Amino acid sequence: METTVTKKTERLIGKPIRRREDPRLITGTATYVEDIELPGMHYAAVVRSPHPAADIKGIDTRAAEQHPGVVAVYTGKDIDHLGAVPCGISLPDLRIPHHHLLAQDRVYYVGHPVAVVVAGDRYIAADAVDLVEVEYEPTDSVSEPEEALEAGAPAVHAEWPDNVAFTHHQEGGDIEKAFAEADVIVKERIVSQRLAPSAMEPRGTVASWNSGDETLTVYSSTQIPHILRTLMAGVLGLPEHKLRVIAPEVGGGFGSKCELYPEEALTAFIAMKIGKPVKWVLTRRDEFLATIHGRGHIDYYELAAKKDGTMLGLRVKIIQDVGSFHMLLTPAMPTLSVLMLPGLYRFKNVHADVVGVFTHRMATDLYRGAGRPEATHGIERMVEVLAAELKMDPVELRIKNFVPPSDFPYDTPMGVSYDSGNYKAILEKAVETVGYSQLRQEQQEARRQGRLMGIGIATYGEICAFGPSPALPTGGWESATVKIEPSGQVTVMTGVSPHGQGSQTTFSQIAADELGVDIDDIVVTHGDTSTVQHGVGTFGSRNTAVGGTALVLAIRELKEKIETYGAMLLESDDVTYGAGVCTCNKTGKTVTLGEIAMTSWTGPTYPANTQPGLVATNYWEPPNFAFPFGAHIVVSEVDPDTGEVAISRYLAVDDCGKVINPLLVDGQVHGGVAQGLGQALYEQVVYDDTGQLVTGEYMDYALPKAAMVPTIETDRTETPSPVNPLGVKGVGEAGTIAASPAVVNSVVDALSHLGVRHIDMPLTPEKIWKLVQQGGSA
Amino acid sequence: MPKPKEPEAKGALEVSRRGFLTGAGAVISSSLVAGTEALRAAPDSAESAVAGPGKVDIALTVNGAEKTLALEPRVTLLDALRFELELTGAKKVCDRGTCGACTVTVDGKPAYACSVLAIQVQGKDIRTVEGLAQGDRLHPIQQAFVDNDAQQCGYCTPGFVMACKAFLDKNPTPTLDQVRTGLGGNLCRCGTYVGVAQAVLQSSESQTGSLVGEGRNHA
Repeated sequence: METTVTKKTERLIGKPIRRREDPRLITGTATYVEDIELPGMHYAAVVRSPHPAADIKGIDTRAAEQHPGVVAVYTGKDIDHLGAVPCGISLPDLRIPHHHLLAQDRVYYVGHPVAVVVAGDRYIAADAVDLVEVEYEPTDSVSEPEEALEAGAPAVHAEWPDNVAFTHHQEGGDIEKAFAEADVIVKERIVSQRLAPSAMEPRGTVASWNSGDETLTVYSSTQIPHILRTLMAGVLGLPEHKLRVIAPEVGGGFGSKCELYPEEALTAFIAMKIGKPVKWVLTRRDEFLATIHGRGHIDYYELAAKKDGTMLGLRVKIIQDVGSFHMLLTPAMPTLSVLMLPGLYRFKNVHADVVGVFTHRMATDLYRGAGRPEATHGIERMVEVLAAELKMDPVELRIKNFVPPSDFPYDTPMGVSYDSGNYKAILEKAVETVGYSQLRQEQQEARRQGRLMGIGIATYGEICAFGPSPALPTGGWESATVKIEPSGQVTVMTGVSPHGQGSQTTFSQIAADELGVDIDDIVVTHGDTSTVQHGVGTFGSRNTAVGGTALVLAIRELKEKIETYGAMLLESDDVTYGAGVCTCNKTGKTVTLGEIAMTSWTGPTYPANTQPGLVATNYWEPPNFAFPFGAHIVVSEVDPDTGEVAISRYLAVDDCGKVINPLLVDGQVHGGVAQGLGQALYEQVVYDDTGQLVTGEYMDYALPKAAMVPTIETDRTETPSPVNPLGVKGVGEAGTIAASPAVVNSVVDALSHLGVRHIDMPLTPEKIWKLVQQGGSA
Repeated sequence: MPKPKEPEAKGALEVSRRGFLTGAGAVISSSLVAGTEALRAAPDSAESAVAGPGKVDIALTVNGAEKTLALEPRVTLLDALRFELELTGAKKVCDRGTCGACTVTVDGKPAYACSVLAIQVQGKDIRTVEGLAQGDRLHPIQQAFVDNDAQQCGYCTPGFVMACKAFLDKNPTPTLDQVRTGLGGNLCRCGTYVGVAQAVLQSSESQTGSLVGEGRNHA
């Protein structure tokens, strides 16, 4: 019997295997949503509100409908029987406004979808958008969350004039006692500004309705195809098993594609309505207007400490800019911040109050890090403020307060249990690698020369590997199916939906090692609800830790069955499977995986009480999150004449547990740092006083470019997670979480002798220049 | 994959707003060049000095092959490649000449395909990412991208590859700083810049025979 499966003894886990995904990406042959053309394709274009707040007095669609080539125009009245854009979070006093797919009698933000035009030609559809005449009566709007909370502010939703979307309170320990015993209390207002996730691939959907069997196929640029299917079926009133969702190649998400957006459901609705396939893809301007934003925090911190630097307690008020509607997970964002408030420090007294605020803006929701960057930025800034207050070295202050390695698993005052870690070791490694004491001497010398050099440290902990199911409205488990084909080749179907993470590669490495087969004999598929078992998706640094574990457990189950077949073929009751062959431990005779697989599918006989075929599926529910950690150190220099910040060194020392592929881990750190650095120095979503989005193009929203991202030195410690059998934690968000405080701390450090304690992001040259000119007191 | 349905013909009085603007723009630019170029292009009648707004025949040379298309003059090179020639490597990310995801080369120089009209580049040598590999063998710059993990989601990648190729053709032995500055016309949200810069350096050195040996951790 022939087999294509090669015997393999070399382990691939831990090796920098080049990505299996790359050949199709590098040759331009990958298929993203916009690349899909179907026979009879029609094109949808969305009419959006130019006003942040206005009553709709009338919509005249006649000119658009009469425009040659236009097939249909839909407005709010056509879809009011459909379900609402869903919010999956429940909090005791959460207020959820009904979020129609298209505005009904009022618009709530610039970019709010008001109508959809459908044509057989993409240009005609775009042209006809301008022919839809909407009569608006603008009303007062409120854009800034703190203004929205003031008495008399315009109400975003008339039924809730205080603009409070939700509140959340959590505390641990005894905050009053901690503050009463403190020698020093430092306070700061810290803003984590609104950011645009800005995946390079704009959101888009292709929907195709088969009227014969009443099935709908939806291709969407999403991170959560299975969840999208459930949600979309609900919104459309379509039986879920009649809906197939496919996430084709997806060009980045960063959290922004973990939603059911109105346009996705509208595209599907139109396809059903006109009986033709329909494509809709956002323009970049509309992407800025109508894809969720991230962050949007105004936080008030108070940190209590003894004069020897012992941190006692933290009191925080978080104001979350919600925007005008909740998206799928919006209210959860600041609650994740709360869980991360203590950082890596062992103080037990924390008091957090959150208020979510409606504003006339696009909704905020998951963006890389999702709540955790805000919290880490806060605590890592406050530690620096405390160090400055106490005139202590920030490294020494951190080490003094770290949770010690002997305390793991460590129960935090916020009710989570850190799985494993050695925080002192990783900071010491970073300090040693960067040459910290030498840098401090250089800094003294630089100051003597009148140069503004700064050294910024940030340590971080992260809740990731989402997560235990009680923490998620979607379920927090993940799934894998492993099938050994009759030829012996291996097909893996994972419930995660990677879109740049390289999970086809890491999962191939895991499967190759577990099964002992060549990596070229493994194909990893995902993202099609008709072919892949139910899955949760890709977000919260969960692919490898949760999806990878499901894969390992499916293979382990399958190996028992392989041995059962091997025992039959070898006529032995003592066999062991490994490295692609099953061996009789008595005679040394072997049978290959290919031979076993062929027998399992084609017989002619099967072992007793054993089903034909080699397929196993595992749904793995993690018992806990995993908690990566790290220390990043940034050396920067401020140009006093221009206020520009130049980063001369960036060192990232991360511990993401066991590393499957160091090449990809480095890539995730690089990318994460680029985004965190973007927040620190360049990026912000700006709405003006009238609620108009000012940063609606890349000319106005400053994404970091190649020359703006320094060379990043990476290093690691490796503390396995006890939560899963692979020992992995997660690394997708780590760089983003660490980078913003590391960069800001370096710049504040550069200006500390001027009395500067805190600067809000982004650290624009203008802001820094003014501080330097005014001797630190801007 | 089949092409989208042909748009229905417009009556003379039913031009769309965008069609009107395109037509008006053509008229204005004709008058701005004092009629000379317009007259050279179409000496016979005032009417034919303005191409479109309906479809006109356009001949493009893409990856060495001659293609004849019927396109409205307002159609960009990017749309012509993606929607008419089924070359979907170049991506539409901003459609404003700010991100570089649509980068192709025109007569060897990098160009934002979103910001050039197809009608403007007739007779020029247009190269896209699809034309780079020789059969199954990746072009050295493509191989260098793979070796250095220079792509994640891949959406910016074809544009980056073409920008890097054009950059290297002009600067065969660049420094790291030159590379980082030279790639300023392309955005990558996944933040693969470190890998891309390494790929360019590897590729430049491989052309002179010496590969970068060490890993990229501390590059």
